[in-house]
Amino acid sequence: MVRAHRPTDLGGDRVTLSAQLALQLGTLDLHADLDVRPGELLALLGPNGAGKSTVLRCLAGLALIDSGRIAIDGTVVDDPSADVFVEPEQRPIGFVFQNYLLFEHMSVLENVAYGLRARKTPKVEARRIAREWLERVGLADYADQRPRALSGGQAQRAALARALATNPRLLLLDEPLAALDAGTRGSVRRDLRQHLETFDGMRILVTHDPVDAYALADRVAILDAGRIVQVGTLAEVTAHPRSRYVADLVGVNLVTGNVTDGVLTTAAGAHVVIADALPGSSFAVIRPPSIALVREPAVGSSARNTWSGTIADIDRLGDRVRVGIDSQLPLIAEITVAALDALQLRPGDEIHATVKATDIEVYPA
Amino acid sequence: MSSRRRRGRRVGLPVPVLALAVVAVVFFALPLIGLLWRAPWSNAWHYLTQDEALTALRLSMVCSLWATGLSIVFGVPLAWLLARVEFPGRGMVRALCTLSMVLPPVVGGVALFFALGRRGIVGQYLDRWFGVTLPFTTAAVVIAQTFVAMPFLVITVEAALRQLDGRVEDASRTLGASRWYTFRRVTMPAIRPALVAGAVLAWARALGEFGATITFAGNFPGTTQTMPLAVYLSLETNPEEAIILALVLIAISFAVLVGLRDRWFGRTDRPISGVTA
Amino acid sequence: MRTTPRLIFSTIAVLGFVGASCGSDDAGSAATTSASTVAATGAQATVSGVVTVFAAASLTAAFTEIGDAFMVENPDATVTFNFAASSELVTQIGEGAPADVFASADSSNMTKLTDTGNNGSEPVVFATNLAEIIVGPGNPRGITGVADLANPDLIVVLCAPEVPCGKYASKVFEQAGVSVTPKSLEENVKAVVTKVTLGEADAGIVYLTDVTAAGDKAEGVEIPADINVVAEYPIAVTKDAPNAEGAQAFVDFVNSEQGRKILASYGFLAP
Repeated sequence: MVRAHRPTDLGGDRVTLSAQLALQLGTLDLHADLDVRPGELLALLGPNGAGKSTVLRCLAGLALIDSGRIAIDGTVVDDPSADVFVEPEQRPIGFVFQNYLLFEHMSVLENVAYGLRARKTPKVEARRIAREWLERVGLADYADQRPRALSGGQAQRAALARALATNPRLLLLDEPLAALDAGTRGSVRRDLRQHLETFDGMRILVTHDPVDAYALADRVAILDAGRIVQVGTLAEVTAHPRSRYVADLVGVNLVTGNVTDGVLTTAAGAHVVIADALPGSSFAVIRPPSIALVREPAVGSSARNTWSGTIADIDRLGDRVRVGIDSQLPLIAEITVAALDALQLRPGDEIHATVKATDIEVYPA
Repeated sequence: MSSRRRRGRRVGLPVPVLALAVVAVVFFALPLIGLLWRAPWSNAWHYLTQDEALTALRLSMVCSLWATGLSIVFGVPLAWLLARVEFPGRGMVRALCTLSMVLPPVVGGVALFFALGRRGIVGQYLDRWFGVTLPFTTAAVVIAQTFVAMPFLVITVEAALRQLDGRVEDASRTLGASRWYTFRRVTMPAIRPALVAGAVLAWARALGEFGATITFAGNFPGTTQTMPLAVYLSLETNPEEAIILALVLIAISFAVLVGLRDRWFGRTDRPISGVTA
Repeated sequence: MRTTPRLIFSTIAVLGFVGASCGSDDAGSAATTSASTVAATGAQATVSGVVTVFAAASLTAAFTEIGDAFMVENPDATVTFNFAASSELVTQIGEGAPADVFASADSSNMTKLTDTGNNGSEPVVFATNLAEIIVGPGNPRGITGVADLANPDLIVVLCAPEVPCGKYASKVFEQAGVSVTPKSLEENVKAVVTKVTLGEADAGIVYLTDVTAAGDKAEGVEIPADINVVAEYPIAVTKDAPNAEGAQAFVDFVNSEQGRKILASYGFLAP
């Protein structure tokens, strides 16, 4: 059976992924709902241990979900309640692993042809298709070499070609750039972007590096501690962080609490005075540069918020300084080097942090 | 002076360790040297070309190769089961299958008797329903040899399978390969050195098997008298002949072991898993 | 009048004992003297130390009992046995195994010992045995004689031709004029017995004493005297016996009335 190898326009309506999965694996309690639209590249972003790779493994059929339902292309591939489970080899997927996992004992060409031959494509035809793919990713010269002869970036391209050669509907990439050193990552990312753009199917990319998400993804889903906390474009997500992870990513302070009468109260009991916000559970973003540090509480200041604490650490970043403050409301403030010298700030000093209510952005949780 | 220092440095062992190693080499070499010394070289050809000797040799080779083949056919799936599938009592099953390694061979032979002999648990039905009696046949020799040799292969292959990075097999399955296809084209090539080593061990064990053979299969020239049995019996009447026969067995084993060079056992610099940097 | 012979005997016995205990070089001759003297009475001086006896497999039960009796008579002595095919034993002795006494199931193996000068005393035949056909209890295959063994449907096991009982079996067949193809050639007579009692073999040729020893686990079919062979059992002290006095004492004990009685109880016949 000859399979079409050129990326084809698969049509809008049919090609979708709908996944609601729940799974307990060791200490990880995973509950994730994912929907991927036709032709879309979704990045699954989050800290290590959040369960991103586990999600991919479930989608691929390498791990079993405890409850939920996964449907690729409208076909249910995993549904414990209906006792449905489709083996990985029967799913229309391609998987690029973090360490590529190329088969050491075969040539690069045979690696790329492997998937086709496993699906009963005749040897000659499979090799021809594989050769075309190698040309497309620029590895034609390495066709008869062993994988050990490839550099990191080349191996990644080989793994990509191998996964795409079988024309999958859903391409899964697990931290495809993590195994590369920082120097090559940039150029390989650019190459990957080009190759991924020529693929029309759904793509899910797992990464802990937001730069990958920024460069490659249409949409981003933030997975933290087994839960999807935010979904949207990267701009949307970073504009209104809903998790500490994204807040740290963006470099802002994120405060969670309940708003009543223009004051947001955190779980720890700290008060944040805000301007025009609806009551209820909310997020507040305080950007580090908007925090002023004073040794003595200001008198007659228009800033409605002052918190007392001690300086935890001081990080110089060029002309700017990031000051971490331990208080009822832990914050990171950003000041100039000149200000640091003027106030003679040292870790352990008592300090007060003030912010104007109008400088705090609030949105519902 | 510098080249001598370099040469000395190449032997990377501390002297006491080296000394112990040399003692070990001598320990293995001495019996062989003793045999070579006492061998009646003038009569060697006469003993070698006797019908009985050639028959015993042929029988030994044929049976041990059969036993090795059976060990591979049944042993590899068993190793796969023990390495990859978790089931209750797995430890017990593993111990059971490798029991014959620690059992005295004669005990193994007696046990085979009680299982497959004419009055054995299974054997009695073989006899009653099919008229098949196993003891005193060449098949019995192969059974006895397989019984003692297979565990060597199982242990070696299981260890290799455990060491194998399971994710390579995951990769294979995501590419559309069934479990069997994955086993054939990914797992087996990866464990080939261990498989070869295990097969050689099993073959050597089968070739040298004596106690279980003489107890279960009996001793009759042409049918069940393998080389070890022939050596043992000729020791009683004609020790000189026994020495020659023993040396033949040693020479063959030696040739095989030397012939299977490191290349076949796998290069030491190659990683076992399918991981590329 | 009656005291005089007893006095003479006891004087000679004491002299013999003194002679035996003074120096091991002439232990052989002194021991022989005391042996012939005390053989009739069965009384002998006590010996000590370990006596290692290499005996044919067919002597297992009988010699074990003789050993126990010997140890009762000689509380300071310990008898250890190595039972195996006579041919194997004589080879081991030839290679320097530390045996004190060798008891063989046929003369040819004893001859191997004397030919190489490894005996310390002249071999003495102490018992004889007859060959017999052994079959399972109830004789399920209805074997009546040697000729039946030629039946190819039967599973017949024999001793290997290198061991005494194998040689005896071939002689029997020769004298009976039958040709028997066994399924297996076992390397000692007890192995043949085991195969038959376990039901794996239908019949075999062993010694009369083996059939008796098997009790109700086996039955015997007599071989007529005109085709049967008489197995002769010689016994001798070895030349380099570590415990020469003990060795001779044991040999004497075997040849004594007590020894003979024990042998007879197991079915052995007088020499």
